Amino acid sequence: MSGLSHLDSLEAESIYIMREVAAECEAPVMLYSIGKDSSVMLHLALKAFYPEKPPFPFMHIDTTWKFKEMIAFRDKVVKDFGLDMIVYTNEEGVEQGINPFDHGAAYTDIMKTQALKQALDQYGFTAAFGGGRRDEEKSRAKERIFSFRNKNHAWEPKNQRPELWKLYNTKIKKGESIRVFPLSNWTEKDIWQYIERENIDIVPLYFAKERPVIQRDGNIIMVDDDRLKLRPGEQIERKMVRFRTLGCYPLTGGIESTADTLPAIIEETLKAVSSERTSRVIDHEETGSMERRKREGYF
Amino acid sequence: MKGLLKFITCGSVDDGKSTLIGHMLYDAKLIFTDQKKALELDSKVGSRNGMLDYSLLLDGLMSEREQGITIDVAYRFFTTDNRSFIVADTPGHEEYTRNMAVGASFADLAVILVDASQGVLLQTKRHTRICAMMGIRHMVFAVNKMDLIFYDSARFEEISRQIKMLAAEFDFESLYIIPVSATEGDQLTEPSSNMPWFKGDTLLHYLENINVTDNEDSDGFYMPVQRVCRPDHTFRGFQGQVESGTINVGDEITVLPGKEKAKVKSLFCADKKTDQAIKGQAVTICIDREVDVSRGCVLYKDMSLSFSNMLSTSILWMDDKKLVEGKNYLLKLGTKIIPAVIMKIKYKVDINSGEHVPADQIYKNEIARCDISVNEKIVFDEFLKNRELGSFILIDRVTNMTSACGIVRHGLRRSENIIAYDMEITREIRSRQKDQKPVTLWFTGLSGSGKSTIANEVEKRLVAMNKHTMPLDGDNVRQGLNKNLGFKDQDRIENIRRIAEVSKLMNDAGLIVLTSFISPFISDRESAREIIGEDNFFEIYLSTSLEVCERRDVKGLYKKARNGEIPNFTGISSGYEPPVNPALIIDTDKCSVAEAADMVMELLFERSFEGE
Repeated sequence: MSGLSHLDSLEAESIYIMREVAAECEAPVMLYSIGKDSSVMLHLALKAFYPEKPPFPFMHIDTTWKFKEMIAFRDKVVKDFGLDMIVYTNEEGVEQGINPFDHGAAYTDIMKTQALKQALDQYGFTAAFGGGRRDEEKSRAKERIFSFRNKNHAWEPKNQRPELWKLYNTKIKKGESIRVFPLSNWTEKDIWQYIERENIDIVPLYFAKERPVIQRDGNIIMVDDDRLKLRPGEQIERKMVRFRTLGCYPLTGGIESTADTLPAIIEETLKAVSSERTSRVIDHEETGSMERRKREGYF
Repeated sequence: MKGLLKFITCGSVDDGKSTLIGHMLYDAKLIFTDQKKALELDSKVGSRNGMLDYSLLLDGLMSEREQGITIDVAYRFFTTDNRSFIVADTPGHEEYTRNMAVGASFADLAVILVDASQGVLLQTKRHTRICAMMGIRHMVFAVNKMDLIFYDSARFEEISRQIKMLAAEFDFESLYIIPVSATEGDQLTEPSSNMPWFKGDTLLHYLENINVTDNEDSDGFYMPVQRVCRPDHTFRGFQGQVESGTINVGDEITVLPGKEKAKVKSLFCADKKTDQAIKGQAVTICIDREVDVSRGCVLYKDMSLSFSNMLSTSILWMDDKKLVEGKNYLLKLGTKIIPAVIMKIKYKVDINSGEHVPADQIYKNEIARCDISVNEKIVFDEFLKNRELGSFILIDRVTNMTSACGIVRHGLRRSENIIAYDMEITREIRSRQKDQKPVTLWFTGLSGSGKSTIANEVEKRLVAMNKHTMPLDGDNVRQGLNKNLGFKDQDRIENIRRIAEVSKLMNDAGLIVLTSFISPFISDRESAREIIGEDNFFEIYLSTSLEVCERRDVKGLYKKARNGEIPNFTGISSGYEPPVNPALIIDTDKCSVAEAADMVMELLFERSFEGE
């Protein structure tokens, strides 16, 4: 169709989506989770509006359990690009001592889902960009690029609005909001190749390095601070590991790897036999767990 | 390596679309081990004889897995040694046709499944028609479940003939018919030993090699403006995606709709300054002079774009509410959103035969041809020439639902416009424009029975519902229109006749009329009913007793009448004939104004608003 490369087409599509949102939506915000997808999304937003700065703020939902390196990276990015970054934490959850060790699924709900809903309501955002991709998971594969949420931020998968060509319908009623996924059609491989091509800075945790880790429930968990209490029999080892996805450190499994450069990571991704979400502890529970969380308002 | 292929799978329910893709991915070893493991685990939960249920790889929603059907489009990404693919697996149920259309709008090629044991079904035809309408040029028909008909080549030939007959209606660029078995895996990635008589490619091999690049390349440049970029007063750039051709610094472009010309001063491809940009790129264009440009404008050069406020279109109706002539929507075409009215439904397409059937309303999942007028002239092109300026959606102004998707066949020129505008503007069209059914609420009863008070309260509620109303009572009729009438018998009859005629005209204008007149005689009210029309005439009888009315005596009229100051006063010196079979009876001595208004509203909801 066009003389553009696959990555060029993906880039143009994402930029088109971002510009549509900026032009039509009342109060957009870009969710920034510090991971590789967010890094690509931010990079695209900086391109999309150039020489103007992105005409919307960024927001990070901080659960207080992110890897230390992630927070340091976030603060550096904010400074380097002069971003308007809102950092939101569910303080009530913090006061109640909600943590990923003792509260399992409730932790994700309170510190991520509820926190996100609170933040969106507090600031009155009508559209929120997220870095979700359709190749991540089966219920994501069913997601539109413009995904509508009712007043309670809930997703109604059986009643999604038709989305035709690139004629996005952004009309909503008061109280409703839209989640917009400009990276919908990117795959994990595309993300890595684009990071390499564009020389995008990412959190060093993606690169293999010797790190202090333990084995827990079949996952390699990094001991990022002393809030992680060792169970009987667990031992901190130093291993060459890297992370395919990033989140809260107690919920993010690493993989043993020596890939410490982008070409090595891409090589490894191409040969991967497991999907990237296997390294997310929360997704393991059961089939449909992601969809349930999304119905409840998770991104 | 070939470029990315975006394709959809469609066809009737249970034709095995999800299974086909799932099995192909599985055999081509294109799924991750954890997905394979989950598939093997999930398959054991109540599936067909412990065999792998490949559809589970795609049906990702809980309700889909529970019901064993596909509800919404699933996008799957896979890459073989030869090509990258995105497949949109679409639902077969008629109920979810709109989700199938979502997939079709995204794809360059369609794989339509046909159940070998059933042949071409209505839904096969519906999907083929939608694919054709939405501009898919390359079709593969996979005749599935060949195992169920024992790989019978004669039956396959027969179905092939049905398919070719159907496809002959359209102008597809390529057509491939292939026998497969999605559950057994025949002819998906390897030639089937069960069908040695079939000499064609495997499905995967065919998809890896087909060329879907469109050859008709119009060289002209155009770009719909998405937004104006103004970081400070020194910079003003127009951002959008180049939809056709190339653009260079120094080129002279024209801006539509203003038709002003300007030269390209500088050009950015995303954030990089450049001298040239090509089709598909996201750009920012700066021009050498101040020209009125905003979102929805189109910049172009070396091509002809059309410009009209009347479009001849084909649409797929996707809303649960039916489409009728005269209804108002928002139309989005390119980056322009504009109010639009469906002026004329020309015909609908019979899904089975393709025949054009006259119709004045269109229901969900039907394809229709209609003329649409927009508020002001917009820039467009014929869909067959330019997808981006030839496709549109219609948005319901109340629910915000995407009610239809459509394509522009051609614009209507002024001469054609006149003919189109010459269509009869009927009472129906005027009422639909107001989104209501116009009726006359005829309040009758003694002086002081509460006619005006209740009519007033009902009108407030109607207006709050966005309805359009007009009250008629002694105050606004006696002083003007009927000021030459007295209280003699023939004047009384003429008074009611004029009120009825005015009510009818206002109903024809699309208004809901509320009349408050004593109108004491059955014969007068019956002639009003005749003038206004039985279906639109709601007689509301205020049965409040004379004692109560006289006690209220708001205007002091009863007192005057008792003193003989007013001749022929209803209830005192003249009779009142109660209606025999009124639509509603209200005794305002026994209920509040609000309760009385509730009763009237209930009547309207039952008899008039229903079906809106």
